[in-house]
Amino acid sequence: MIYSKTILDRFQNPRNAGQISGANAVGEAGNAACGDVVKLFLKISENGMIENAKFKTFGCSASIASSDVACDLIKGKNIDDALKVTSADIIKILGELPAHKIHSSLLAEEVIRLAISDYYKRKEKATKAAIRKSKKAL
Amino acid sequence: MDRKIYLDNASTTYVSSEVMNEMMPCFSSIYGNAGSVHSFGRDAMAIVDKARDRIKDAIHARKANEIYFTSGGTEADNWAILGVAHAYAGKGKHIITSQIEHHAVLNACQQLEKEGFEVTYLPVDSTGLVDLAGLLHAIRKDTILISIMTVNNEVGTIQNVKAIAKIAHDYNILFHTDAVQAVGIMKLDVQDMEIDLMSMSAHKIYGPKGVGALYVKDGVMIEPLHFGGENQERGKRAGTENVPAIAGFGKAVEIASKNYIITNKRLKMIRDYFLEKLSEKVEHYQVNGHPQQKSNAILNVSFLGVEGESVLMLLDLKGICVSTSSACTSKSLLPSHVLKAMNVPDEVAQSSIRISFGNNISKSDVDYVVSELQKTVAKLRTISPIKVGRK
Repeated sequence: MIYSKTILDRFQNPRNAGQISGANAVGEAGNAACGDVVKLFLKISENGMIENAKFKTFGCSASIASSDVACDLIKGKNIDDALKVTSADIIKILGELPAHKIHSSLLAEEVIRLAISDYYKRKEKATKAAIRKSKKAL
Repeated sequence: MDRKIYLDNASTTYVSSEVMNEMMPCFSSIYGNAGSVHSFGRDAMAIVDKARDRIKDAIHARKANEIYFTSGGTEADNWAILGVAHAYAGKGKHIITSQIEHHAVLNACQQLEKEGFEVTYLPVDSTGLVDLAGLLHAIRKDTILISIMTVNNEVGTIQNVKAIAKIAHDYNILFHTDAVQAVGIMKLDVQDMEIDLMSMSAHKIYGPKGVGALYVKDGVMIEPLHFGGENQERGKRAGTENVPAIAGFGKAVEIASKNYIITNKRLKMIRDYFLEKLSEKVEHYQVNGHPQQKSNAILNVSFLGVEGESVLMLLDLKGICVSTSSACTSKSLLPSHVLKAMNVPDEVAQSSIRISFGNNISKSDVDYVVSELQKTVAKLRTISPIKVGRK
């Protein structure tokens, strides 16, 4: 199995590994039974801009590299543009991904969507709570 | 950084110089076809006969003619399963094997299922042992063959082969064992162990790739898988004899069987030293396989919270070669079928690596490997979402 230089580099020196303490969106994709769990932490600004993205991954080198690239691809983007990021974009940056490792990039794509949906869920919850609060105040 | 440490000897080994010396003349001077009648042919056949004798002696077979050369362990396994099943199909169409066999046995059994045979895949306990009561329970009137490996290639567990063979014979059933990982690790006496068929391979014991053998006890019927030369391997295995490889194989088996006690002592010393160092430097891991009844050459370890392939890759970048499960399955995403059968949880199975020791490893190599393992596991744990232990 031959990995590209980019994969090996990202795997050994991931730029975005870790977590964000004040994350307001968290997604988790995959399961340990299949050999991959990716957790994505996002800090999204009031106007929907992804200010920071970090990941924690249990998985093979391709998975760790995919997660790392996914963070780079969505940082600084607004939510709508981040949702347009696909596994193909990740593979483009990684160089070639062995056929049986494509799922790593799909998982990274999935976790972006899951994290953003978490953001909306939290926002909805917060909005409802605010409405309840204001009703009570009335 | 140029240091290279090879810890994947259960996948394959280097070819030893004694073996190489045995092979070299067969490429240039004794190059005849062993089937030819003239002197070149007779000289080549003499080499093949010598190798056959060496293997006969090493495994305590009664006759050299009970050894059939094949292209390797896979062919020997395939042939034993399919050849016996086809020869005895009139007697019955049921075969018993275990869930932890090499795929060379499992996939041959699946082929038989397509042909209308029935196969029972026996479970194993958490140490990888086949339960004898379970075996007795699985035996039927139409069972014709029991195939259980001697030493498991992923976790090293050694089966109670002699007891299983006895049970098989109590019920007039043939017994085959895949002994590819057992040669050179333990004493193999096919008569004492009551083995009817046994698969062997050269490249796990410092011999060349592409050659192996199947021991078939005199009187056991087996249908061929290869057709062509009627005189090759007594009409049972057609194809021009791979004389250089066979010569090397014979020598490799001779050395392995002669040295197995001393080899084992050394392997055990290295393995125990490795485990001692590991326990000093790394936390939260588990050793998979039987605690005692196992090969000293194979160590299967799960480092909890980190995935096996990423451990393999980081070690590889440091010049250390290990494997995840077996080389044959390392491209599949499913957890190892062996660990699954042993009821190892999937995420623990995904965290496993196999370290297999050989002749060329020193204590200082082990020191280096364990210290790199410590760094590797610690690094991967910091980026893993799975928490291990108490934090």
